[in-house]
Amino acid sequence: MRVYTTARTAFKALGRNPMRAMLTTLGIVIGVGAVIAMMEIGAGSSASLKKTIASMGANVLVIRPGTASSGGISFGVGTSTTLTPEDNQAILRECPSIHNAAPIVRARTQVVYGNRNWVPNTMYGTTPAFLDVQDWSILAEGEPFSDRDVLNGNRVCLLGQTLVRELFEGASPVGKEIRIKNISFRVIGVLTPKGANMMGQDQDDVILAPWTTIKYRVTGSSLSTTNQSASTAATTTDTVNTLSNLYPAAQLSLYPERSSVQQADNPMPVRFANIESIMAAANNAGEISPAIEQMTALLRERHHLRVDEPDDFSIRDMAELTKTLSTTTTLMTNLLLTVAMISLVVGGVGIMNIMLVSVTERTREIGLRMAVGARGRDILQQFLVEAVVLCLTGGAMGIVLGHGGSLLVQLLLKWPVETSPAAIAAAVLVSAGVGIIFGFYPAWKASRFDPIEALRFE
Amino acid sequence: MELIELRDIEKTYQMGDISVPVLKGISLSIRQGELIALTGSSGSGKSTLMNILGCLDRPTAGEYWLDGQETSKLTTDERALLRNRKLGFVFQSFNLLSRTSAIENVAMPLSYAAENLSDREARGRAAEMLGRVGLADRLDHFPSQLSGGQQQRVAIARALINRPPVLFADEPTGNLDSRTSEEVLQMFERLNSEEGITIIMVTHDPKVAGHAKRVIRLDDGLIQGNVPIPEPGTETPGGTS
Ligand SMILES: Nc1ncnc2c1ncn2[C@@H]1O[C@H](COP(=O)(O)OP(=O)(O)OP(=O)(O)O)[C@@H](O)[C@H]1O
Ligand SMILES: [Mg+2]
Repeated sequence: MRVYTTARTAFKALGRNPMRAMLTTLGIVIGVGAVIAMMEIGAGSSASLKKTIASMGANVLVIRPGTASSGGISFGVGTSTTLTPEDNQAILRECPSIHNAAPIVRARTQVVYGNRNWVPNTMYGTTPAFLDVQDWSILAEGEPFSDRDVLNGNRVCLLGQTLVRELFEGASPVGKEIRIKNISFRVIGVLTPKGANMMGQDQDDVILAPWTTIKYRVTGSSLSTTNQSASTAATTTDTVNTLSNLYPAAQLSLYPERSSVQQADNPMPVRFANIESIMAAANNAGEISPAIEQMTALLRERHHLRVDEPDDFSIRDMAELTKTLSTTTTLMTNLLLTVAMISLVVGGVGIMNIMLVSVTERTREIGLRMAVGARGRDILQQFLVEAVVLCLTGGAMGIVLGHGGSLLVQLLLKWPVETSPAAIAAAVLVSAGVGIIFGFYPAWKASRFDPIEALRFE
Repeated sequence: MELIELRDIEKTYQMGDISVPVLKGISLSIRQGELIALTGSSGSGKSTLMNILGCLDRPTAGEYWLDGQETSKLTTDERALLRNRKLGFVFQSFNLLSRTSAIENVAMPLSYAAENLSDREARGRAAEMLGRVGLADRLDHFPSQLSGGQQQRVAIARALINRPPVLFADEPTGNLDSRTSEEVLQMFERLNSEEGITIIMVTHDPKVAGHAKRVIRLDDGLIQGNVPIPEPGTETPGGTS
């Protein structure tokens, strides 16, 4: 028997009792509808969750120089000076899994505006790429600094919200001049608020400037990266602050201060411009490990490390964040899957029940069909197709219902919703599958009827 | 060669420990083009014999040759195919599919035929068949909108749609009044004489049996009388017993 004829016969048979068919398939309708709605709403929340976690830097890898050690004493990660801006360029150029990378030079010193001052938690010298890596490209106000600013070491900076609050009391700082270590910086932009990070650190307590400016103008040296606020205070304020004699802020210094003439005569050798770390963003969470491999290979080559030599740098990823992300997603998917399974099994049992009733009701019809030449497999096919048609109709209605439901949720509750073609395809396949699985037994029973007995059935 | 050849057909039903012999050795041969009435008292095994002849049931013992083929050894599927191609059935209770139009009832066996007719062809053939039983103007009527005689004629059209050489009818007029019975019987006679279809019908009614060319009388599972009527003209209603 041809499939087309069979399908038509099935539709007719169902059409004879439309009310019953509707009620029978209601289980499937509700099941599929719930699954589609939850899938779409779930996908929407998951996408926005992913975005949130990405903005927390889930894809960010931090490369820091390795430990310097002297006489068996290790000084901890970041104390050697092997990382250069050229490494950063090379990473950008040669690692396909890396989306963007920014060099970072840190400083910790006082920022002054008018009669107010503040020591920001984070003072980063970097490139415009940093904003992209941190998913921070949209500014609350103003413009980010450009690569040209970095090249020229221009004295421009971006302020975080906390600094705006502390220094400007909320007034717009764009265009104003602030002073860092007695060097004036023009504020050209304000970052959007980000809140605390996972460690509870205020991410808005930040000031960003070109790394060249921070390195050559603020910290002034390639080697001293430690807390400079004390020495800064000593060198910059002792001429002004008369109380400094009472409360000397100066650190004890072993050697006499070098005069400017001495410095000019005999400059401190700066071998190369080292940076403190590189922040690189992988294309996505899945490409973190290839990115690490690519960067390790590249940096080992660039640093001329022999095979048996250990890395002179370390790469740290936000493994915990990524793990949280993936466990959240799998948990959500599994939960949805369980609900789907339960509702579809319930719906399937309903289908089986009604198909058994239908087979019994139509015993004479089955006998007649067999008498005029239908084989067992023709009867099996007929009832199986009927069950599948019933389920697919239910599935289609469920898809419409679920999609409508999720659109309504989007409209009324403003929840993020994402249409998922995969879920719709799965719903179609699953409802057909339910039809086959739960329709098989009744159909098989029908196909085993004895034509004589079936014809005699009252 | 004979169209149908039965050799010592036996049928015994097993009711738990008791075996109930219904057919006790029936030998019979039927030629192409015969019109046969099968009579006998109730419970004599007429329906049982018809089921075996119609390949719906297997005999417990004996051989059944249909068109040169021993059928009792065939598989279930092979017998279904045989029923579809070579045998037509007409039942006492019509057995039409309700809520299905006359033309679709008639076309139904075509969907199980080996030859794959298109929908149009199938409907065309069913309409032609209904025309031959005089229901050309009732194609889209549902069984509930047809009289008993008309319903039985739809059933006859359905039985003949695959152009089988043999038609079996188990009490085809049992649910009809004498006038519509007559219509159906005349149709049988016409099909038999004009198209050479072999017809075997079961009946209790001597008047119905009178239309047959040969009357076979069954009594308690054995053939009692097997009377060929030499010429259709000379009437010996009911045959001998
Ligand atoms: N499936 C069965 N199981 C057991 N016994 C059966 C079965 N079918 C028929 N019989 C028995 O076989 C005998 C013959 O039945 P059958 O239906 O052939 O009679 P019949 O000649 O057609 O009678 P009627 O004229 O009343 O239709 C009956 O005694 C019946 O009880
Ligand atoms: Mg009977």
